[in-house]
Amino acid sequence: MSDFGFLLAVVILIPIAAATLPLIASLRYEKVGWHIAAVSLAVNLVLTAVAVRAFFVDGKLRHELGGIPVPHGIELVMDGLSVLVVLLVSVVALAVLVHTRTAGPRSNAFYSAYLLLTGGLLGVSLTGDLFNLYVFIEITGLAAYALIASKGDGKSAYSALKYMLIGTVGASLYLIGVGYAFIATGTLNMVDLSVQFQELGYGDTLVLTSFGFIIAGLAVKTALFPVHTWQPDAYSAAPYGVAGYVSALVSTVSAYVIGRVILTVYTTDFIAANPVITSALVYFGALSIVVGSVLAVTQADVKKMLAYSSVSQFGMIVAAFGIANSAAVFGGVIQLIGHAIMKGALFLGAGILAYKVGAKTVYDYEGISFELPYASAGFATLALALVGVPPAVGFIGKWYVGLGAVQGGYWIVAVVIFGSTLLTLAYVLRLVDRMYFGKPERGAAEAVADGGVSASTKRVTVGMVALVCVAAVVSVVLGPSAAWIESLLRLEEVMG
Amino acid sequence: MSAMEIVAPALVDVFVARYYHVTFMVLVAVGLYILIDSKNLVKKVIGLNIFQMSVFLFFITAAYQDGAGPALIEEGGGPYANPLPHVLILTAIVVGVSLTSLALALVVRVYEEYGTVHEDRVEEVMADE
Repeated sequence: MSDFGFLLAVVILIPIAAATLPLIASLRYEKVGWHIAAVSLAVNLVLTAVAVRAFFVDGKLRHELGGIPVPHGIELVMDGLSVLVVLLVSVVALAVLVHTRTAGPRSNAFYSAYLLLTGGLLGVSLTGDLFNLYVFIEITGLAAYALIASKGDGKSAYSALKYMLIGTVGASLYLIGVGYAFIATGTLNMVDLSVQFQELGYGDTLVLTSFGFIIAGLAVKTALFPVHTWQPDAYSAAPYGVAGYVSALVSTVSAYVIGRVILTVYTTDFIAANPVITSALVYFGALSIVVGSVLAVTQADVKKMLAYSSVSQFGMIVAAFGIANSAAVFGGVIQLIGHAIMKGALFLGAGILAYKVGAKTVYDYEGISFELPYASAGFATLALALVGVPPAVGFIGKWYVGLGAVQGGYWIVAVVIFGSTLLTLAYVLRLVDRMYFGKPERGAAEAVADGGVSASTKRVTVGMVALVCVAAVVSVVLGPSAAWIESLLRLEEVMG
Repeated sequence: MSAMEIVAPALVDVFVARYYHVTFMVLVAVGLYILIDSKNLVKKVIGLNIFQMSVFLFFITAAYQDGAGPALIEEGGGPYANPLPHVLILTAIVVGVSLTSLALALVVRVYEEYGTVHEDRVEEVMADE
């Protein structure tokens, strides 16, 4: 046990406390929000790194809030499942700032919501208490709805409203599930719940009901088929910087929670004792993989295509947590991290292409690589990594999930994963082929300008392009280092 | 014994002894129905509120115990009602209020932009853009 446990509380506290500063500063200064966010998130990243290092050296970190011992108090935990998610949130939150510095939005209120979202995401990743988790999920939700609407037009407000109506229903379903779990056991601490559930028996009606409501609620938040409908509209109506941030982290953290609930609260014994529920979960994930891929192929709008691709990827992650053997869980974790990096950077890359030449649909990407070689190279690399071209991280994730599916006896899931890879290739190749082998249609930009859309007025800095390229390199390098990462995580401790 | 003779007493038991649970379920259904069926965005927010209230009711009634008092622990006192669900719902109410205010703010912006809060008409205008 390490002395660095208190850092877990500090890294949640800093962004949430700092979220009030831009609003207060608005009384005297405009546009200081970015600076406040940059400083506080940089400090936060350093502290997170210290905590992560302590985890790698000494193992699991714990902190009891207010010194009240569990199971009565709330505890924060960093273990093999959450450590990479926490690191991911801290890094992505700081990195996306490079993009929003120039591309905006720049208002102080925007950065208040941005910091609040970061704090909420860290809270969701670290908490060890089911009700505390609900509160952090709602903080995350509130900030995300506000960020989606930050473009300031009617379309983004309408999409944000739809997102919020569906998202709140999801969170409330989760809360009902927590209620049943509480009635059954009288506790809210995750580890304590797992012990009590075992004593009650895994066939108990209350235990089964709570599992159903909790997973249904979280599936809405993760945007699994058929409750994914809020996601494409929300992503396509949001500014590119927000779409990158939200797509990288919000659904990712919800999918992480599904993994956390299955592995820590209900445990693999529950999964083994209820084969019907388990296979329902796994096949829903598989269905999501297929439908998401098919819908992505049919989209002309690049943002919507990327959003539907997320539906497919999260289907695979949830199926992996449902299979719940060690290969599948590691595959799910690595796919969570890999997808977040790839999808976030793809949105930011699509943003650069849109700012420069007004490219918004697949057809606008003709010959774009001749004009913007660096951004295109980064975008194409990330897109191919998403397909799962070895040795990129997308390949490793799919490999482990597929391996886990075969070991767990879910042959169909393995087939679906490899089949959907072909569909992913289909929609990615449509873009990459046009970018590199299409005829550069000069005049496309002028046509946009004639249409009165001020698409190419935004400046693109070197930093923004570099960010996409760095993410591309990371997504390739993470693949070969997967075995090393697996040895660091000690996931077998989480799985009990 | 016919099926009715088995089911009927069980149903009576559900409605008489567990009427609060039935109320909770009815409110869930009413709230979700309004949320899905109504085309008026403000009414959708109201539906969402009813749905959330039903969850609050669910927690509060779960903590109810016949003859129990508030948990002011003293010699010879008790039985006490579990105060934890009340505290949880106090938090959930605060969350609900902030969500409602954000939802209404978004509805106001939609109305300013499109001059209507009717879902179909908003989507018509958006399709034309």
